[in-house]
Amino acid sequence: MTVQPTPASATPEGGHLLELRDLHVEFRTNEGVARVINGVSYHLDAGETLAVLGESGSGKSVTAQAIMGILDTPPAFVRSGQILYKGEDLLTRPEEQRRQVRGKEIAMIFQDALSALNPVFPVGWQIGETLRQRAGMSRADARRRAIELMDLVKIPGAAKRIGDYPHQFSGGMRQRVMIAMALALDPKVLIADEPTTALDVTVQAQIMDLLADLRRELNMAMILITHDLGVVAGVADRIAVMYAGRIVEHADVRSIYKAPAHPYTKGLLESIPRLDVRGQELSTIKGLPPNLMRIPSGCPFHPRCPYVQQVCVDEFPHDLVLGDGRTSACHFAQEVRDDSVAR
Amino acid sequence: MTASPANPTKVRGETILSVDNLVKHFPITQGVLFQRQIGAVKAVDGVSFELRRGETLGVVGESGCGKSTLARLLMRLETPTSGRATLEGKDLFKASGGELRRLRRNMQMVMQDPYTSLNPRMTVGDIIGEPFEIHPDAAPKGSKQKRVQELLDLVGLNPEHINRYPHQFSGGQRQRIGIARALALKPEVIVCDEPVSALDVSIQAQVINLLKQLQGELGLSYIFIAHDLSVVRHIADRVAVMYLGRIVEIGTEDEIYERATHPYTQALLSAVPVPDPEARDQRNMIRLVGDVPSPADPPSGCHFRTRCWKAQDICAVEDPKTVPRAADPHPSACHFAELRPTTPA
Repeated sequence: MTVQPTPASATPEGGHLLELRDLHVEFRTNEGVARVINGVSYHLDAGETLAVLGESGSGKSVTAQAIMGILDTPPAFVRSGQILYKGEDLLTRPEEQRRQVRGKEIAMIFQDALSALNPVFPVGWQIGETLRQRAGMSRADARRRAIELMDLVKIPGAAKRIGDYPHQFSGGMRQRVMIAMALALDPKVLIADEPTTALDVTVQAQIMDLLADLRRELNMAMILITHDLGVVAGVADRIAVMYAGRIVEHADVRSIYKAPAHPYTKGLLESIPRLDVRGQELSTIKGLPPNLMRIPSGCPFHPRCPYVQQVCVDEFPHDLVLGDGRTSACHFAQEVRDDSVAR
Repeated sequence: MTASPANPTKVRGETILSVDNLVKHFPITQGVLFQRQIGAVKAVDGVSFELRRGETLGVVGESGCGKSTLARLLMRLETPTSGRATLEGKDLFKASGGELRRLRRNMQMVMQDPYTSLNPRMTVGDIIGEPFEIHPDAAPKGSKQKRVQELLDLVGLNPEHINRYPHQFSGGQRQRIGIARALALKPEVIVCDEPVSALDVSIQAQVINLLKQLQGELGLSYIFIAHDLSVVRHIADRVAVMYLGRIVEIGTEDEIYERATHPYTQALLSAVPVPDPEARDQRNMIRLVGDVPSPADPPSGCHFRTRCWKAQDICAVEDPKTVPRAADPHPSACHFAELRPTTPA
């Protein structure tokens, strides 16, 4: 095993716990090549929460699958880039070593807990499976630890429910079981892919609170993947907004809501109905997200952008660093931000 | 609650649809040959409301609260266990034959999932034109194609795409096709069951705006069912909050969102994530514990009492009626209805 089970703080000098560098992923299909991830870079440090925000097809989940090494290959291929975990590139490691990282160092929870759990085994057995296989625990020890984990995620009567099957749990409780499984090997990074999308609002609030508490208690780093701008506002430290397989804006959570610096982020924020604001006409983003087999020239967002100029059609916008450590991939980032402040 | 008299003159604001004590229990049976009923899922358990002409009534609630069953009952896709509903004074559940066909023409539905609610083997023209085959008098002979193209134009699609198939359209465009189909027979009431929940945020706004614009142009009345309270606030004039088959609170948009008196409504509102980190810090959160109980075995008395922080002995015994309360004069089904203090705790 090359990746030592060292404490999360032991990242190499100046490096980040997890860092993506210029990741490119494509799907090779019969109809052609879909460029799903086109140069994604971000980093994550211990104890912090990064939210990756985007609509369907923006590549947010594929990025997470690439980190976990669970892309369906074929059709998905990592074309180039690096995924550095504690300074070491995971993409160059053989599968056996990646398996050691999976679960123990980086764990993931999925959107739909009902289909992610095996319907024919009791939940306690499923939580314990990881412990028996990976931590070499005996059946009895694994069972004891599974109960502890179920307690940790606040499943009432954990000892009594350990023999229950997934269908005997409600949606919220199932998601807790998933979280318990992900935490079994004490990971340093937790990737949560739309963890509350399938849940009702009152249950969603419970799960988001639980995730925030756990992250604090266990000092985990968390990547929260979501399309919901509301959920993100409460828990994230930083936000990366994705569009057509790229991060178009990256900033700390307060600045992004106060003054978005990319027209896409601005459009998204303006198009959601707000609970605390009574309805007038919603502003919309015209058009549709691009077909990933035919991404528009220049800036991929230009056909939908209200700020579009000739330069946007001709030139690909590189990340523009704005004064306060934020970036925006827009030729007119400064103007967009100033507009947002003025509003 | 009174049923409105049939009125030939169409006055905005008069009652068009009146629902009185509607109940739908789905039997739970046991046994193979001789099935015995051992219980019932009380999906809709005594719901009453009125819909006025030209208004939007939002129906909100969590999954399992019976809001979709309510929609199916109103469309007569399910037969109610008991209760009454009248559309323009005519009894929805007693009508049959020609009268039922005429009633149905006046009330149409937009479904949640634009991917499964359109037949993949029919062209858009056939999908939107199908209502004219059932109601030939709605489109005079030879005018069908023209009418379908008008409808496509009305919902913001290109009329030349009449021969395309559903898979050639995006989710938002398919939902527009669903809306065009619902509009084909010029109904006065449209039941929208979660019409935007399957769509991405940027597309959702386009469809909401379209629904609002159509309402303005055609004077439609909507029953707008959704779990997203922000969307409902945006589109609804009045809002009904459902919990375990009952309406626990009903009032104008302002009464529900600013002056809610039922603890469940208050908790629901407080759980909605607000996309503004600064506003969040000032909010006073209520966190409900536990899950919604099974509608097959709802708690006695007030259905909400098992999750309610105000629950007292009376709540287990006496079923609170949805009536105007002292705290605010809109109907709320809570013995201890009161406004929430607005200052943060």
